[in-house]
Amino acid sequence: MGRSIIEKLWDAHAVADLGDGSWLVYIDRVFLHERTGSIALKGLEAAGRQVRNPEQVFCVMDHIVDTLPGRTDETMMPGGKAFITTTRQAAHDAGITLFDLHDPRQGIVHVVSPEQGIAYPGLTLVCPDSHTCTQGALGAMAWGIGSTDAEHAMATKTLVVKKPKLMEVRFDGTPGYGVTAKDMILHLIGRHGAAGGVGYAVEFTGEGVRSLPQEARFTLCNMAVEFGAWTGVISPDETTFNYVQGRPYAPADGAWEQALTDWQSLRTDADASYDAQIVIDCADIIPQVTWGTSPQHAANIDAVVPDPAAEPDHTRRELMEKALAYMKLEPGTPLTEIPIGAAFIGSCTNSRLSDLRAAAAILKDRKVAPGVKAICVPGSGSVKQAAEAEGIHEIFQAAGFEWREAGCSMCFYAGGENFGLETRVVTSTNRNFENRQGPRTRSHLASPTTVAASAVSGHLTDVRELATEK
Amino acid sequence: MEKFTTLTAVAAPILRINIDTDIIIPSREMKRVSKQGLSDGMFANWRYTEPGGREEDPDFVLNQAPYRNAKIILSGANFGCGSSREHAVWALHEWGIRCVVAPSFGAIFQSNCVRNGILPVVLENSVIEDMASQVEANPAENQLQVNLENCTLTAPDGTTHGFDIQPADREMLLEGLDAIAVTMKHDEAILEFQARDRLQRPWVYL
Ligand code: SF4
Repeated sequence: MGRSIIEKLWDAHAVADLGDGSWLVYIDRVFLHERTGSIALKGLEAAGRQVRNPEQVFCVMDHIVDTLPGRTDETMMPGGKAFITTTRQAAHDAGITLFDLHDPRQGIVHVVSPEQGIAYPGLTLVCPDSHTCTQGALGAMAWGIGSTDAEHAMATKTLVVKKPKLMEVRFDGTPGYGVTAKDMILHLIGRHGAAGGVGYAVEFTGEGVRSLPQEARFTLCNMAVEFGAWTGVISPDETTFNYVQGRPYAPADGAWEQALTDWQSLRTDADASYDAQIVIDCADIIPQVTWGTSPQHAANIDAVVPDPAAEPDHTRRELMEKALAYMKLEPGTPLTEIPIGAAFIGSCTNSRLSDLRAAAAILKDRKVAPGVKAICVPGSGSVKQAAEAEGIHEIFQAAGFEWREAGCSMCFYAGGENFGLETRVVTSTNRNFENRQGPRTRSHLASPTTVAASAVSGHLTDVRELATEK
Repeated sequence: MEKFTTLTAVAAPILRINIDTDIIIPSREMKRVSKQGLSDGMFANWRYTEPGGREEDPDFVLNQAPYRNAKIILSGANFGCGSSREHAVWALHEWGIRCVVAPSFGAIFQSNCVRNGILPVVLENSVIEDMASQVEANPAENQLQVNLENCTLTAPDGTTHGFDIQPADREMLLEGLDAIAVTMKHDEAILEFQARDRLQRPWVYL
């Protein structure tokens, strides 16, 4: 019987069967960042252990660094500097590659690793960061781990992993006008829950996925973890190979040909089977936005805030009630009537060049509504540079957006800069958890185009209206 | 790592689904490059009245007298989902938690628990809710008994529930083993794999 891509990746990296479904799995690449990676490197050092293959370990500064122009090692987060300097020293001592603060390649780990060609098809890649599943979009097995496991991966080149069950999430048809990969994944999580994928490795398949450019595929896989999945993956195809070719760390010349032959055999076989399957018709997807405090609180933009009283399951109902109290929303309110105080475009979900281009197309010749604080943070220095070369920063700035240096920025609140108490933010990020973007900040997840459209109108907005109006 | 064999302790019900690691420890509470000093920030947004403040909210279960000694948390599905921050586990452990019982866990959190001496127990939601009501009737007296040798959890009313755990995880907890040291027993296999792999996938080796 045929195998799915996850099984192929698994088999190619299985070092030893430890019994009862646990395996020792070979790890090709480890990525670190200054917040959790610093602890992992220090932990190794304290235990007197070495990084086995430092040339296969990379580190970025993204989580704690400021994103205001002219930034230094000093941070708005109290004590942040220590994370930066400790990481720098530890990375140096361990002999790993660091994309430091002023390196033009610096940026969010999950943006940088594909961009530099460090992640590519066929690899196993881990990082002490939950959104490592992003890289699965290249046909790699990539997943988030804790700091202790990061030490394990660096010291032994392996991890102990329980073999996951397999789930296919198939998107039939192609997404309609104004519908992005972000809407596809929010649609999935909104209907199947934030725990819908627990215990599974999810493979995204179907025409809807094939039709997506590579950068949009990253968005899809990025949020596999918000679906509860161990990781997300997409079988690589020409789109993937074209994306990877020519990147700095990608195989080149003869090695490229050799690698390509290998990668072409990675794709899921026609007769492969899964333990579970979800089929979604792209025709049923319209722009999505969240109203609550879990990504599963996603709804169609033309819907109203749901009424918990109508939810039969009592745990879900209680969560809805708590969410509405936190978000200060009344059931029955049309989502498009919810006013916003801030708009954020950034994060490893949606801060790549194509995201910024799409948002800029909405913002062009328009202005952010009065009173809305709007910020754009490109995912990496390279994205920023490429966007500036196209004049995208000028469109953002003319519309009233701040244009920042690369980093995680206000995707999460580290203790420094934030949107302010109870501010309502429409955001292109991946987590609308309580206090995620700041103390009592209320986050509404959406695509970058929906964020741009909402920033312009001052309330949550169906981007399709704004886009046709012009 | 500290060994985990049996535990009889107060259990605190926090019956909510999707308790993410941002809730268990907010980012701003991870102040230093250290695994220590984190318990103060555990559940900070629920435990204290003001963001960043330290005035206790009496409504939060772990601030209530009988639950201050809790070593077990009873919770809803998908506990520990979200950010991979191991700080969530370090904070729980430092505060005194040794076992979390939930219908399911965030995958990264679950392995982080095992690496740090906290036992994650998966049981059905109805069983957990029933245990929670027994506990709530008299939190100090109605304790739960965990036995990792037999993989059982006994409710205050004496009903015993078996649970599943990966054998490798169970052994690690029972023996208090260091995961890297255990894996290094397979070092020969790892090096052989690498030597073979270098020939098969030379482009992977930078
Ligand atoms: S952008 Fe946000 S979600 Fe992505 S790695 Fe940074 S903090 Fe995490």
